[in-house]
Amino acid sequence: MTEEVPHAEHAPEDREHPLVSAKTMEIATSLALLVLSAVVIRECVRLGFGWVEGQGPASGFFPFIVASLMGAASFANIVRVLRHGAEGEDPVFVTTAGFGRVLSVLLPLVLYVVAIHYIGIYAASGFFIALFMMIIGREKLPKSLAVGVAVPLALFFMFERWFMVPLPKGPLEAWLGY
Amino acid sequence: MEDIASLMHGFSVALTPYNLMLMGIGIVLGVIIGVLPGLGGANGVAILLPLTFTMPPTSAIIMLSCIYWGALFGGAITSILFNIPGEPWSVATTFDGHPMAREGRSEEALTAAFTSSFIGALVAVIMITFLAPLVAKFALQFGPVEFFAVFFLTFASFIGMSRGTPFKVVAAMCLGFALGAVGLDKMTGTLRMTFGHPELLSGFDFLIAVIGLFGIGEILCSIEDGLSFKGNTGKLHFRKVLDTWKKLPSYWATSIRSCLVGCWMGITPGGATPASFMAYGLAKRFSRNRNNFGKGEIEGVIAPETAAHAAGTSALLPMLTLGIPGSPTAAVLLGGLMIWGLQPGPMLFIEQHDFVWGLIASMYLGNVVGLLIVLTCVPLFAAILRVPFPIIAPIILVVCAIGAYTVHNSMFDVWMMLGFGVVGYVFNKLKYPLAPLVLAIVLGDKAEEAFRQALLGSQGSLSIFYSNWLVSSIMTLGLILLFWPMFGWLRERLIGPTDPVSQAGKSA
Repeated sequence: MTEEVPHAEHAPEDREHPLVSAKTMEIATSLALLVLSAVVIRECVRLGFGWVEGQGPASGFFPFIVASLMGAASFANIVRVLRHGAEGEDPVFVTTAGFGRVLSVLLPLVLYVVAIHYIGIYAASGFFIALFMMIIGREKLPKSLAVGVAVPLALFFMFERWFMVPLPKGPLEAWLGY
Repeated sequence: MEDIASLMHGFSVALTPYNLMLMGIGIVLGVIIGVLPGLGGANGVAILLPLTFTMPPTSAIIMLSCIYWGALFGGAITSILFNIPGEPWSVATTFDGHPMAREGRSEEALTAAFTSSFIGALVAVIMITFLAPLVAKFALQFGPVEFFAVFFLTFASFIGMSRGTPFKVVAAMCLGFALGAVGLDKMTGTLRMTFGHPELLSGFDFLIAVIGLFGIGEILCSIEDGLSFKGNTGKLHFRKVLDTWKKLPSYWATSIRSCLVGCWMGITPGGATPASFMAYGLAKRFSRNRNNFGKGEIEGVIAPETAAHAAGTSALLPMLTLGIPGSPTAAVLLGGLMIWGLQPGPMLFIEQHDFVWGLIASMYLGNVVGLLIVLTCVPLFAAILRVPFPIIAPIILVVCAIGAYTVHNSMFDVWMMLGFGVVGYVFNKLKYPLAPLVLAIVLGDKAEEAFRQALLGSQGSLSIFYSNWLVSSIMTLGLILLFWPMFGWLRERLIGPTDPVSQAGKSA
């Protein structure tokens, strides 16, 4: 074990194919920041970034400086990456397997937030936890159901009763009289 | 001696059964947060902030700051036992802490880590006790020029103390400033960068950013690594604790050095993470057992833990006295102060005497309580990590979503949290620093206001920032820090890389 590995070891059994290189991702991120800086600068031009008599620097003054710096730094970073390569030792940003794992959390998470709009936060959380445990964690149904019911119940009493912080509720809570 | 009297008064405020109970709850919650991946000091406190709205402010901040102490303690447990830094500032602790655990010396490593954390925090609290009232008194005379100089120093030190490329620090920081500028411009009343979306009127709340960047981003990173916990069992016998305590005094030089590094990095917001690396590096350079570093050297645990705790604690000094937090967690606490209707800054020491001294007294008590709890409950906390990740992960995500929702009771914030989560994941992997980003969102408005007011006063002349000795010296210090990476780069060009520690630290 060298000092360079602060995170948990990668699972060695599955061959992990590189999907995106660190270099590509570095450049993509810097480009995104460049675009953002252009958007902000355009807005600052609309707002004005000069001196307004009696008011001092105009509204767009500070964001203009900030966006210019962000653009310059991102540009410099692209040059640096092109000349010296990406920063860390790992040339791979994410492997296919790794990306799959990230999506396996991110997509359910998006669905969960969509579900909150329709069935309220407690029911959505229950489904999310139970399904996540069963599908991703391959836990057994009874255990998943138990956690999926217990956690939202605990949260319900904590927020609605104990701390009096109302959270989004849906048809289930309405049916129960809340 | 006025301070001592104030402190004693503070103890009388903090030492009520109710507050002591909150301290215990806070520490336990904090350690759990510190142990769990995806929950850290900053987003843990952010998520729990709404729960304290109904409490009296002093009790609320006692509980929240205790969560922070707990998180600082908790990071060490996972670093040593599982080689997983629960918090970024305990990455340096894994270097020697985990090898010690694998040699079967986990009890020694844990005791050393907790004790040095405690000592680091204690030194920082003592410093706050005596320095904070002075700074506050001094800062009463600050105008916009002086405040801008301090803001400048704050952000310049992020650039100067960064371990990676300075470009990323600048980019992340400016992104934060740009996000902070979205919404109503308070000085002129014009709308900026809302692009016709009413949701953006009030701008980006940094609490949402904190929950997304640190919480969701961290979970995504952990899941990508295919997190599997395999580690050593956590046990701590009192005999071992005593044995280790007998050894610790001989490392006094490392402790003092790390305390100094930590206090300095906490006040000028380098933060706990760089402080821990710097202290580790210094300890390695000066130690007689230099070659044993990385293989299980107790000094390699003492140094980063002392510095991280000293930095984490002293980050509260500028937060209380100037209203300028030294770390993301301090920023969240500052957000709490404002929600409870307290205006952080020098006036706090005059107007909210009970609150300030109650908080400072609670720092002493909180750390004593914390040390006792972590020393006695290690097995319990280590057991949390045996709960399979697929059970813990969705619960953490649910808690993050609820935390984001409760900030403004708005679903838009929950979506925003998801967006920040993805940004956090990418930035984390590319080593863009998140702390300057968050602090820029928090402080952007204030820094801008100070800058514009200063320039308005001088009719646009930049010479105002060199108009008196105080501003000049702060600005000069800031400029030195700003161009610090360039000095390093020049030195490397001239005499080649000489610094093995920063080489090791770069990857982490």
